[in-house]
Order: sequence, then C-alpha cells, then structure tokens
Amino acid sequence: RRQDVLTVTPWLAPIVWEGTFNSEILDSAYRPLNLTIGVTAFAIGKYTRFVGHFLESAEKHFMKGYRVNYYIFTDNPETIPNVQLQPGRRFVIVPIKKYPSWQEISMRRMEAINKHIAETSHREVDYLFCLDIDMVFYNAWGPETLGDIVAAIHPGYFNVPRSQFPYERRRSSAAYIPDGEGDFYYGGAVFGGLVKKVYEFTKTCHMTILMDKANGIMAAWQEESHLNRHFLSHKPSKVLSPEYLWDDRKPKPPEIHLIRFSTVDKNYKEVRD
Amino acid sequence: RRDVLVLTPWLAPIVWEGTFSRDILNAQYMQKNLVTGVVTFAVKKYWFFIEGFMSSANKYFLAGHQVNFYLFTDNPEQISHLQMAPENHLFVITVQNHSQWQDISMSRMDIISRYIRSQFQYEVHYLYSIDIDVQLFEHIGVEIIDTLMGTISSWQYTARRESKSYETRTESQAAIPKEEGDFYYTASFYGGSVAEVYKLTRACFKGVMEDRENDIEARWHDESHLNKYLLYHKPTRLLSPEYYWDEEL
Repeated sequence: RRQDVLTVTPWLAPIVWEGTFNSEILDSAYRPLNLTIGVTAFAIGKYTRFVGHFLESAEKHFMKGYRVNYYIFTDNPETIPNVQLQPGRRFVIVPIKKYPSWQEISMRRMEAINKHIAETSHREVDYLFCLDIDMVFYNAWGPETLGDIVAAIHPGYFNVPRSQFPYERRRSSAAYIPDGEGDFYYGGAVFGGLVKKVYEFTKTCHMTILMDKANGIMAAWQEESHLNRHFLSHKPSKVLSPEYLWDDRKPKPPEIHLIRFSTVDKNYKEVRD
Repeated sequence: RRDVLVLTPWLAPIVWEGTFSRDILNAQYMQKNLVTGVVTFAVKKYWFFIEGFMSSANKYFLAGHQVNFYLFTDNPEQISHLQMAPENHLFVITVQNHSQWQDISMSRMDIISRYIRSQFQYEVHYLYSIDIDVQLFEHIGVEIIDTLMGTISSWQYTARRESKSYETRTESQAAIPKEEGDFYYTASFYGGSVAEVYKLTRACFKGVMEDRENDIEARWHDESHLNKYLLYHKPTRLLSPEYYWDEEL
C-alpha cells in the first residue's frame, strides 16, 4: 500500500497508483466479463506519424488479454501504417475532416467522439478510453483503470497548490472555475469510462465549447478546460495518477514509481503547422 | 488517514472517518433522488430493541434522504407509535417465528430475497440489512451507498487470516479454503443495489439450504455464507469497523 500519496478522493473515488492494487485479483474479476475496451485517438495532419509507435506500444502494454478496438480518427487514412495486432484486437480508421487550427482540431474531438459513440462504438465496446496519439505506453495499463467515469491527473499539477491550476478564470467562459474551487487538474490527454458515460460527458463538454464559441471566447487550454469544469461538478468515479499520463520532459519525482503512458518528445511548432 | 488501509487491493474504498467529505457526497446524491431501503428483523424478544433502533436510525441513518424502513416482526402489536422524519417511511411486515435463533437468522436471507423480488425492487434503489439490536450514535450517510457493500467486523479487524472465523469444513457450502479470504465481514450490516442484494441473499440462502440437506450448519450461520459470497464477489465498497460496533469489545 502507499502512504506517501493520496489514494482515495474525498468523494471516495480510488486514485490509482502502483502499489494500491493487485492485478491478479482485478483480472480474475474482469476477465470473465468478456469485455471489449475501445480506444479513440486522433491523428490529424502531421500527427499520423505517431500512430505506429502508439499502437506498437499499446499492443505490448494496454489491456493485455482483453478484446480491444482502436479507433483512429484521421483526415489522412493512407498515411496510417499497418500495425500487426494480437488476436482479439482490432483497428478501425474513422475518417474525419481537418479543421484549420490545432486548437479547433483539439476541441472538435469531443463532438467527434460523441458522434462516433452514437453511430458505432456503443454497440462494439463496454468501456472507452480517449487518448492523445502523440504518446507511448511504457508499462502495463490494465483493468485497474476501468470505472464508470475515469479521469487522469495532469503530470504538471499533481504536486502544486490549487491556486496554481490553469483552470479557465474568465467568468465569461462556460469553463470558468472560481478561485478557491477545484479538486484536481485533470489532463485532457486521458479520459474514459463506460461508453454510455463517455457519451454523456463528451456531449456536455461539446455544448459548453459551443457556448464559448458563440460568445467569441476560447478557453485557456481548450477542451481540457471544459473537461476540468465538467469533472468539478460531476466527479469522476476513478482517478488515475500521473503514472497514466506522464510528460517525459519532466524529471521523475519519488511519488512516481512507474511511468505507464507518456508524451513523445516533439517540436510542437513544427508538428502543429 | 495514514494509519489504516483505505483502499482494498481491488480498489474498493474502505470508509473511515476522515477519508471523505459528506458534503461533497450529499451534493452528488441530491441530484439523483435516491430511495434507500433498510431491512431489519425484530422476532420474539427482539421487539424490545425496536424503539431504540427506529428512533436512532430515523435520526441518524441517511438523514435528509428518503429511507423506507421495512420492519419484519412476529409481534406487530408490540410496536408503539413511532414518529418518522418526513422523508422516511416505516412498513411493518408480519412474519412467523422459528424455534431457534439460528433459523431466524438464516431465513432472513430467504425473506429478503423474496421481498426484493415481489416488492422492494419497485420501491428502492439501494437496500441495506441491519441488525435491530444496534443504536446509531453518529450519522451514517451516503458514504455507504455503492453497488455492493460489506462491513468489516470489528472482532476480526486485527486478526490474521488463519484466525478469522470463516467456515473451514469443506462439507459446508460456506467453506473458505485455508489460504484465502480478504476480510471478515459482519452480517449485521451489509447492502448495496437492490439487484446485487438480491443475488447475494439468493446465493446465501441456497448455501444454507444445501447445508441443511447435508445435515451441517455453518459456524456463524448466515454470516459464514455472507463471507463466502463476498470473497468471490468482491464488494465495491467496504465500511470500516467504525460502522459496526460490538459493545463487548
């Protein structure tokens, strides 16, 4: 067990760290349920270059032994490499249009995921994780992550006082969080849960994003700001520690025993063009 | 709380004072308009406990939320008028008494499952079974609400695995193999969603009946069967021994 970190939120949601759970017990509870886990990832424009490494690493570490459907949303299907998958795992290309700016692309994810769930994935998966593509799996990501509504703590803000969380602070935005409020700063690169729940909260986030658009404002960190606003009033039932959403540019602090999923080092300016 | 275990190895929270904020939890539940049922039995001399239990539960159990108390008794005349909070309701249901207290104890499982099927599933979302011979002295609130809930027995909290009171004779349906067992749960306070409690009480009663046919009775009666069930169907939330106390400790 872990005594150096918080392992349960004040609303009794577990915070998942290495050392808090036993994989065997969890596997024996979840494997018999014959679940299919979905993953959405957006590879637009130059971001298609990350797909190969993402998938190869997912095949080694993500939900081993479970049925997995990868849904890769892209504007450029021909550039998606063909990756060899384990049995029981599928790969589906979802064509979508490319928006002019990277911020717009990022924010439209909520709408695209929501629409795709309604049309397709609600019939195909039990749980859905929405992940950023420019990331790689380094260690096991298993059924300890499954829950009704799952959010992950942003690696830059887990050890920092609430006043420093980069919430949207302008009252005119639908993502506004006042000073003194907030539980955690959640990262937009990892979220998920039961497919029905993901449908609900992606819809809500997309609505608040549209409200801002109508008012001519864009939240500080795009959909991540809206996600944080949503999870403040509708608390996640499970929270993943930054082991599940790490940034390799950061030095590893003592609380992080294991890095499971982390950013790929890249030139932001170049790749977002 | 760093002095106690607050999370099981399967990531179910263990509820201790200091681990949660009841305000945050209440805000979450207010949105949902939940109805919770409490099942309790007052058979034979246990009618004596009714007033103490009902007045304290009415005041302290899920205060502010809608609670239906289902009181099973063989002696409905003994029940004096009980003043209930506006959100709460009391339903008195007459049952037959049995010769031995163990029989009463074990037939509870059967009664609960039958009433869930015929009635409770239409009336409540969550259902808790609580022994009548307790009085609440502090608030017990929405921190208990989850799909399947067990309470760690205060008697067994510090006991090592071998000394826990599981049934070990393999002839009994409640038998737990030697090296196994997570916690020892008390049959005095358990519950969860109405669907899960139905499954649990059915399974336990089935075990009780099979044992009866094989002429064996589990060491701690329905509690042994409960422990067997919760070993193989892990609770999604555990209450610490703070939630069930035995004055003899």
